[in-house]
Amino acid sequence: RAPQGFRVDLIREEEAALEFDMVGIDAAIANAFRRILLAEVPTMAVEKVFVYNNTSIVQDEILAHRLGLIPIRADPRLFEYRNQGDEEGTEIDTLQFQLKIKCSRNPQAAKESSDPNELYFNHKVYSKHMTWVPLGNQTDLFPDADFRPVHDDILIALLRPGQEIDVLMHCVKGIGKDHAKFSPVATASYRLLPDITLLQPIEDEAAEMLQKCFSPGVIEVQNIKGKKVARVANARLDTFSREVFRHEGLKSLVRLARVRNHYIFSVESTGILPPDVLVSEAIKILMGKCQRFLNELDSVPME
Amino acid sequence: VQADGTDGNCVTFVLHDEDHTLGNALRYMVMKNPDVEFCGYCITHPSESKINFRIQTRGALPAVEPFRKGLNDLMGVCQHVLNTFEVRLLLKSTQE
Repeated sequence: RAPQGFRVDLIREEEAALEFDMVGIDAAIANAFRRILLAEVPTMAVEKVFVYNNTSIVQDEILAHRLGLIPIRADPRLFEYRNQGDEEGTEIDTLQFQLKIKCSRNPQAAKESSDPNELYFNHKVYSKHMTWVPLGNQTDLFPDADFRPVHDDILIALLRPGQEIDVLMHCVKGIGKDHAKFSPVATASYRLLPDITLLQPIEDEAAEMLQKCFSPGVIEVQNIKGKKVARVANARLDTFSREVFRHEGLKSLVRLARVRNHYIFSVESTGILPPDVLVSEAIKILMGKCQRFLNELDSVPME
Repeated sequence: VQADGTDGNCVTFVLHDEDHTLGNALRYMVMKNPDVEFCGYCITHPSESKINFRIQTRGALPAVEPFRKGLNDLMGVCQHVLNTFEVRLLLKSTQE
């Protein structure tokens, strides 16, 4: 039963953000996609941190918390979930990273300088200092893979001479429902397309005032036969501030509504997976859920 | 999945590890079925992740049927959305 009149339009695609329209779908399903994008598309993130030496100011648990939130560039579809109660971690479900850094004083620094960049080596710990340590046969499984954090310039901690951090991290696959660090999107949202109707023709000064009431580009004032007439040019740009209802003269001339089945989705990825892959994965996950219950229905005898 | 009810016409399914994501979408698909007299879902307690999904049919149709049909319809919709989306992506990448 294919829904009629359904279409998808890609409006804008950037490296990490995607804006697309879905027309002809219902709120329940659009919301289901949004919820799945936020909470149920799996990713890899640091889960266990084995601290061998941490003499920095940052406490162990704070450091572990910060490391967990760093997005890791690793395709989660290549990995399995870790079994419950499995402490060690095998090569099919775990990625191992090491962060080993020590801060020392720079002997060549000028006597009176107070700039830490000059005085010390390695005093800022960035995410680029995390190195991948292959487990087992991961070098054979992923010969040209380069597992590292998505961004190299995330500041993890600050050190001073004599302080050192030596930790080993295990990354596992998880979903956002479990912990927000596993969420693959910076955010995923949708809004409905605005529908602005002018109930009567609006002219001259009222037209100018109307144009100021809406976001720029929404209302266009055209010069028809010497008179200025207002026209709705691009309702999509409007942010629905309802400024027009504050003016007595214009209040009754405009009707603000939303087109009920036109959803403008905006998905921003953290960089782990490109946003179009995320949307496809989310749709597949919804299908997987239905399939799971269909299988249970068939296997479990009723009553 | 557990089911209990008075007779075959009204059944409450208990779906574990589910929430509004599937509940609302499935409810919408089942409601489109003209044989269904009542369909609703509720989350028993926000700390437990399970939903009570209730279907009542008018007439003699066993309630499992609209549930199965709803799931199949939802899968069909998802498949259609996925296909349309991927076709669009392909079109866009070939245009560039």
